This record gives sequence, C-alpha cells and structure tokens, in this order.
Amino acid sequence: MTRAGLLRAVTFFGALAILPLGIGPVWVVNLLIFTLMYSALATSWNLVGGYAGYPSLGHAAFFGIGAYSVAIIFHHSVGNGYSPFFLLPIIGICAGVLSIPIGWIAMRTRADVFAIVTITLLFIAQTLAFNLRTVTGGAQGKSVAIPPFGVEHFAWPFYYAMLTLLLVAMGISYYFRRSKIGLSLAAVKADEDKAHGVGVRVTMVKIVAFGFSVGIAAMVGGVWAYYSGFIYPQFAVDPLITIGMVLMTFLGGRGTLWGPIIGAFILVPAQQTFAYQFGGSQFYLLAYAAIFLLIMLVLPQGVLPTIMERLRAKSRMQQLASLATNDQEVAR
Amino acid sequence: MSSLLEVRGLTKRFGGITAVDNCSFEVEQGTITALIGPNGSGKTTAFNILTGYLKADSGDFSFNGKKVEKPSPAKLYRRGLSRTFQQARIFPHLSVLENLVVASSYPLANLFRSRVTESDRLTAGEMLEEFKLSDLSDYRASDLSYGQRKLLEFAAVLMSSPKLVLLDEPTAGVNPVMIETMERHIRSRHAQGVTFLIVEHDMQLVMRLCDPVIVLDRGATIAKGAPSDVQTNPLVLDAYLGD
Repeated sequence: MTRAGLLRAVTFFGALAILPLGIGPVWVVNLLIFTLMYSALATSWNLVGGYAGYPSLGHAAFFGIGAYSVAIIFHHSVGNGYSPFFLLPIIGICAGVLSIPIGWIAMRTRADVFAIVTITLLFIAQTLAFNLRTVTGGAQGKSVAIPPFGVEHFAWPFYYAMLTLLLVAMGISYYFRRSKIGLSLAAVKADEDKAHGVGVRVTMVKIVAFGFSVGIAAMVGGVWAYYSGFIYPQFAVDPLITIGMVLMTFLGGRGTLWGPIIGAFILVPAQQTFAYQFGGSQFYLLAYAAIFLLIMLVLPQGVLPTIMERLRAKSRMQQLASLATNDQEVAR
Repeated sequence: MSSLLEVRGLTKRFGGITAVDNCSFEVEQGTITALIGPNGSGKTTAFNILTGYLKADSGDFSFNGKKVEKPSPAKLYRRGLSRTFQQARIFPHLSVLENLVVASSYPLANLFRSRVTESDRLTAGEMLEEFKLSDLSDYRASDLSYGQRKLLEFAAVLMSSPKLVLLDEPTAGVNPVMIETMERHIRSRHAQGVTFLIVEHDMQLVMRLCDPVIVLDRGATIAKGAPSDVQTNPLVLDAYLGD
C-alpha cells in the first residue's frame, strides 16, 4: 500500500470512528448510519458491478436474506444486545455459499441479460418473504427483539457495526485490486472470451467476486434489520436498495476503490434532505434523480475517474510545458 | 515425426452454410505448418473449433496424443495450445506487463497472491526483453500501436510455454518492418521447440517460413505438402483462381 493511500484510509476511518462522540442530534447519527450502510453496499456491489463488469440488480435479495436471518433468529431475544453482531460473519458466509450455485447459473449470461436475470432474484426473494408467512410473517412483517442499549447512545453500536462492515468491504475491495483475482476480473471485464483464451479461470473468479459481494450485502442487511427493529418484505427486499448501490457506484466511479463511498456520501444525504423537504410525497425521488443526472452529465465517468483523468492530463501538460521551456533554454 | 494435433472429420455448419466440411489434417511436432485457402474457406472457423471457442457439429481432434473431450479455451491453453486472434486482442486497460502476467496460466492458489509478484516481474520481464517491449512495460496496452499490440498478444500467449501456437494472420495490417520482426520471433521460438499452425494471406511469408502447407477450400483439405509442391498443385490454383 502506498503511504498516501494508507494515510487516506487511516484519516477517513479514524475520523468516522471518533465522529459520533462529538455529535449530538440523533438524526445526524441516523443519517451517518445510512450513509455508511450504502457505502458498504456500494463498495460490495463494486466487486461484481465494477471490477467484473457484471451489473447485478439482485443484491437486495441477499440484503433481505441477511435482514430476515437476523429477524428470525433474534425474534424473541437478542441476549446482551450484541449477539446479532457476532452472528453476522456466519450470515455473510452462508449467503456467500448460497450464492455459489446462483452465481454459477446467473453469470453464464452477460451484461443486460445478467441484469435481468439477477433482478428476478430480487422479486423471487420478495415474493418468498411475502408468502412464507410462518417463517417471515408475510406482509405483517417480522420484529427483532429490542436491544437493551441505553437511550443516549442507542445508535452507536449500529453505527460502529456499519463502519466495521464498510472497513471489511473496503479491505476486500483493496485486496481484490492487489491480487490476481482483481487482475483476472479486469481481464474478464475487458474481454471475457479472450480471457478464456489465455487460461484465466473466468467462472471461478466471477463466482468468488459474487460470493464476497453478496456476503457483505447480507451482513449489512442483518445490521439494518436489527437497527430498524421491524422489517417488511417491501423494505427488506427493496428495488430502491439495489438501485441505490448501483447509482452510487456509477456516480462515484465504477471499478475504483473510493468511488462507491464518494457516491454514497453524495447521494444518501441528498436523498434524505429531499425526503424531508418534500415530506411524504414521492417527489424526493425526482430531485434525487435530478442530482444523479446532473453529475453524470458533467462527470460521465463518475466523480473519481473524471477528476483523476483531469489531474493526469494537467500533469502531462505541465511536463510538456517544462520540456518546452527546457528546450528554449537549451536553444538560447 | 509424431503429430501434435490431429484433426478428424471436423464439420461445422452455420445455418445452410457448411463452413468446415469433414476436414482432416495433422500438425506434426516441430513444424511451422501453414493453413491457407481463399476467403471463406473455413480457416478461422477451424481455428475457433480447435481452440474451444466453437463446438463442432461432428468430428473431433487430438492434441498431444490425447483426444480432446469437451474443448474449452482455458483448459486447452493450460494444456499448451495457445492462439492469437486475427484482430489483435489485448486487454486495453491493463498495463503491458499485466497483459503478460494475466496470460501466464498461474495455478489456482496464486489467485489469492499478489497481482504482480516478483517472479512474475522476472519472467514477464524476460519476455518483454525478447520482444523489445521493456520500455513500454508500464504503459497501458491501449497506448500501443497496432503492430505492437500484435507483438504483445503473441508474447502473452507464449507466457504459458505452449507446445503449439495457432496464429491467425500474424502479419495482417502491420508494416513491412513489423512483418520481419514477427517472422524473426516465430523462427526464434520455433528453434526453441514450439510448433506453429499459421493462417496467413501473405504468400511470400508462407512460402519462406512454413513447411508443410495445408490448403483448405470450402471447408475441406484439398492439398498438403511442401510450399513448392502446393504452389504448382492444379487443385490449389483452381481454388484460388478458378470459379
């Protein structure tokens, strides 16, 4: 890891780690929790949608699986309040394992077909949540036992859980970039047929990326369910969650390390602001879309790649300029 | 001489068109074999079948003495059968170095190792040296000229130390100097024991580089022999010039 990269990561996560200590209003902590939640979701989506170039629209299904796992297991009691958090790794691993056959089948298709195949996952999961009434409570919803946390710092455990999941997602994302998994995925994204032809284990790396990606989404869903306290099929398996992570990744920059986080830190507060301003009406979705359209119009590659590209162009110009002045001096 | 690649009765139809029609031939170990024929004679289709990109309707082939069941590009590549494409196909967003590393058919466990290890750097570095691409090592492959891309693609498929390399028009669309460079690299690798099967339209190159020459016409083998024999074969002349 470069020193600058390490410094960026330590600063970012360090600041977020101490942030709640200085913040009073509950709504700010709440907003931060959702921002971190979408940061983690977008970062995990990026493993498949960004690195592998497979635009999954089914991640909300796994988010919902994680959410219902927590709600079903901790329907009556959450012990000392921290047990659901300790169960998260197991939920993540189970979701990852469950995704292997699904990914294996879904990833035989590509691009837009893959998007459609995966969105059916979402609707299958939602339909199951509605209809498996004995397990999920159906449209009545399912409650999670109330955690015995103090009123004053009630949200803190959820905040730190989301922060930890974001750290895990970023760690995996970073690891992917630096390992041959990332190299193989980049080849798959650029030209899958050619990648086959030079011996890349295409199916393997796609399934690995999908497994890690949806495993994180499931863990995030688990924390969300616990934080929400009561979950319904239409919110636990919500197309808006899928679309949220996709939009944020596109906005910040697909296939970059920090892009998804940048996207989440722009869109989640924007969405919340508009939601308050336009009250209960659905108009906030229009404003939310307008922001997205505006940024994509100005920065079509996403925020981060566009800025990087401009910086690169600028430094190249400076190099050329300094070469030119050198030449002039030599000429003199 | 034993045959490294043995093709038996390969047939492939696209709708009503029979692209490869009961085609059989052998590629002997240690040769530079040419596969020539007029446009549409089924050369590239044959390549695509032999490298696992297309499924044959009937017929089969053996590689290295073993019949290939369910041909798949990645498996064949790892067994030592590489190919290049007519339009140089490289990974434009990867660096020149990474283009070689990704093609080095690393073992499964290495997936979890560093993207470019020191030993990768070493082996790929030697290859770049051989192909005079060392200076471009950290450039994006998309920055290369077309000729350089062809060289890069060729260098990349050599990373797995293949036994047989299938080159699909290695000199199409590149300048005369690059054609010589390409020829030199083929000869040098051939001297090291690599067998080649080459589809090529530059007949001068074929005549001075390849022996034997296999001629396809309408999907079937119509002639095979030394370049001088093939050149005077009436069947071949008819295929190229006749109606």
